[in-house]
Amino acid sequence: MRPACNRLIGWLVLAAAAVLGAAAAQAHPHVWITAKSELIYAPDGTITGVRHAWTFDDMFSTYALQGLETKVKGAYSREELAPLAQTNVESLKEYAYFTFAKADGKKQKFSEPVDYFLEYKDTALTLHFTLPAKTPFKAKELSLEVFDPTYFIDFQYVQQDPVKLVGAAADCKIQFQRPNDGTAAAQKLGEQNFLDGGNANFGMMFANKITVECP
Amino acid sequence: MTPIVSRAVRGLALSAVVLTAFALLDASAHALLAQNPFGAPRTAPEPQGGLVGWLLAKQSEFYREISAAIRAAKSDGSAVGTLLGISFAYGIFHAAGPGHGKAVISSYMVANRETARRGIVLSFASALMQSLVAVLIVGIGAWLLNATAKTMCGAERAVEIASYVLIALFGARLVWVKGGGFIRALQVPRPALAGAHQHDHGDHGHDHHHRHAHHDHGHDHHHDHGHSHDHDHGHVHDEHCGHSHGPTPAELAGPGGWRRGLSAILTVGIRPCSGAILVLVFALAQGLFWAGIAATFVMGLGTAITVAAIALVAVSARGMAERLSAARDGGGMLIMRGLEFAAAGLVLLFGIGLLFGYVAAERVTCF
Repeated sequence: MRPACNRLIGWLVLAAAAVLGAAAAQAHPHVWITAKSELIYAPDGTITGVRHAWTFDDMFSTYALQGLETKVKGAYSREELAPLAQTNVESLKEYAYFTFAKADGKKQKFSEPVDYFLEYKDTALTLHFTLPAKTPFKAKELSLEVFDPTYFIDFQYVQQDPVKLVGAAADCKIQFQRPNDGTAAAQKLGEQNFLDGGNANFGMMFANKITVECP
Repeated sequence: MTPIVSRAVRGLALSAVVLTAFALLDASAHALLAQNPFGAPRTAPEPQGGLVGWLLAKQSEFYREISAAIRAAKSDGSAVGTLLGISFAYGIFHAAGPGHGKAVISSYMVANRETARRGIVLSFASALMQSLVAVLIVGIGAWLLNATAKTMCGAERAVEIASYVLIALFGARLVWVKGGGFIRALQVPRPALAGAHQHDHGDHGHDHHHRHAHHDHGHDHHHDHGHSHDHDHGHVHDEHCGHSHGPTPAELAGPGGWRRGLSAILTVGIRPCSGAILVLVFALAQGLFWAGIAATFVMGLGTAITVAAIALVAVSARGMAERLSAARDGGGMLIMRGLEFAAAGLVLLFGIGLLFGYVAAERVTCF
């Protein structure tokens, strides 16, 4: 009786996982962000924060601007966009700013953004903000990932100078891995994850991975 | 007690196998359907991400073309045709704004012994409703009230949570009804199966009876129907027998027929696709709200086709299971009841999973 029961439960779990997995495979982005980031170093080599510039796609930019009153139609000044910028950074908190840092394998936290503003140019909105490290840290190997675990947002870094180091020692080496980069085995892993039903971190396979090594 | 338990286990295990097969079919059918409209070869070398990566890349491409098409339509009316074409393809492609839509509909179809025709109607009705909700949210929110994105996204979120609560409730009700059927099936001694009617008269008076209320149909189920006038259910001689006939056209259109499927349409259809909302707001900003509305409904049409196809797969899988189990004398009914019960459980599981964020991929991100 017992083994039959266990087998039954196993089957049921598998069936549920397969269906849920199939559902997750349908996840797809609705927002596209073209990103640029800077890693900010203090003179003593500690990392104090990350500065992002995220440009939203055409459609989402329009959506975000919906209902905003401006003096000149179709033109949005930084001041007029200030309340929206504040809404943006406040809501991003819930998603941990889509920025995940590890210093030598240890997770690092960020505090609330500073120096944030929105810029409207060529029908697109760009959100600028600085994420200060909760406690500035040193790292021989810093790993920074930018992605949306639910893949509602697709993050793509600009082609030229996607990530800059500001104030870092000259011998720091930066490595940048795009999600669709052929070298990333993440995608294959991702598909395996579907089959296992492990879709909790579905968006991971679309992560942009930045690694900085400072000797 | 023990023989009952062992039969229960066997019945459930078999049901689980069928459901799993169906789930895998669902996934692959989706992949195939999504591929065909664009005629691109399966071995498209583009991204290295395999099929999933390719699907996503394609989908993104189409979605982003929508905004270009709306911009073009501003100066060139003929671009509206392109817009509708892309929207239709996108609808088929990404199949059901909420990915859970077709899973819920399919599970419901299996649990509630729905017919293929009803499956198609349900799929189209829920997709239509989805489009309507999107148009209403943007029409009232953005067009009438000129609300901000934050407010609208908040509304979208509230609707989304309501939809997940409804799915969970709907699933719970199905589980309750189908659990009862399953337990009664367990209690039926095997040799007396053909006479199952008699056993059940005592504990008859609940749940499935208001579901498949007799007055919905114009005739008396208990006495009149032959064994095989309805190929889907012809061999199942339990207390449900005859309560879920294939719908006549009149029944589909009539109030009784709609009432029966309305909860399914509501639960799935109430949650609009975020993509449709974005498209609508964008079209509104371009002064082409009507084109956005047209695109939304065409998108819904594409979605409905995919969902209906998957629902059909579910129904035929069920029919196959029924034929197979009918060959096993006695145990067959138990298997079918178990299958229905398991499918009902799946609907409940979806609702709970969506509600508590286990299916994280189906959450609107507001920022």
